[in-house]
Amino acid sequence: MIDIGLGHYLTLGAVIFSIGVIGIFLNRKNIIVILMSIELILLAVNINLVAFSIYLGDLAGQVFTLFILTVAAAEAAIGLAIIVVYFRNSGTIRVEEIDKLKG
Amino acid sequence: MIAHAIFFYTFSLIAVVSAIMVTASKNTVHSVFFLILDFISISCLFIMIGAEFLGMIMLIVYVGAVAVLFLFVVMMLNVAQQKNQWFAGQSTSKHIPVGLIISTLIFFEIIIVIGGWKYKPEIFDINNSFANTSLSNTHSLGQILYTDYIHVFQISGIILLVAMVGAIVLTFRQRSGLKRQSYIKQISRERAEGVEVLEVQSNKGVKIDD
Repeated sequence: MIDIGLGHYLTLGAVIFSIGVIGIFLNRKNIIVILMSIELILLAVNINLVAFSIYLGDLAGQVFTLFILTVAAAEAAIGLAIIVVYFRNSGTIRVEEIDKLKG
Repeated sequence: MIAHAIFFYTFSLIAVVSAIMVTASKNTVHSVFFLILDFISISCLFIMIGAEFLGMIMLIVYVGAVAVLFLFVVMMLNVAQQKNQWFAGQSTSKHIPVGLIISTLIFFEIIIVIGGWKYKPEIFDINNSFANTSLSNTHSLGQILYTDYIHVFQISGIILLVAMVGAIVLTFRQRSGLKRQSYIKQISRERAEGVEVLEVQSNKGVKIDD
């Protein structure tokens, strides 16, 4: 309990990952919160990579964390741009009312 | 060792509680602030276990850029007043058990993987060639980032460029009725069409038509 090892960090990553998945499923109101849940999931992946990198002594994990950070920033920018355009066109970003692709 | 444990439990408790509040908060602006708190505590954890460079980059990229972008969009779209309630209607209630089941499944799968690490650690015995502790974290990261991973690094730069162009193209809007500056018109203007020399007769004045 006192001796903090790799397992503690991996458990923290698992908990945050699961909270992100719960957030995607349970959120029915606002699509921005779904994007934030995706950010949480990427953060959990980063925690796992950094913990393994530190405990194995291999720096490749931290390099990959850097690239995941890049992709997460790009994804946030594009996703928010799409949300802004959708809001401008249809006036709502509530999750239940986004059903234009339903046919 | 005790200090490590105390700081780990403090920061991870803050991280988990704020992650729950991101999804459960009624106000979207509060969700963004809890996301910022989450990123700050996780970057404190990164700095604590020795990945200082990534902790600082995390602060700069997420708290400085991504979270402010989220906040900007939330305030621009004026959805802060919309209440973010889970149990809004009858139709939403069937999503909740599915989400809980899938997320607990994923959680226990990851826990099983961690158990494999704990009880049979030689599975993961990879040769670790980067045990150079004389250099700082930033220094050693830079040494392999610009040599072994240079192509991946440049590709990530291209990804950022594409994301920037895509975001600008998506949100660009041509509005009518705006007065714009036209450089080519300004530069290609001749003296003949701009200035006219007139003979002004006395007591007559000049009639200007424009």
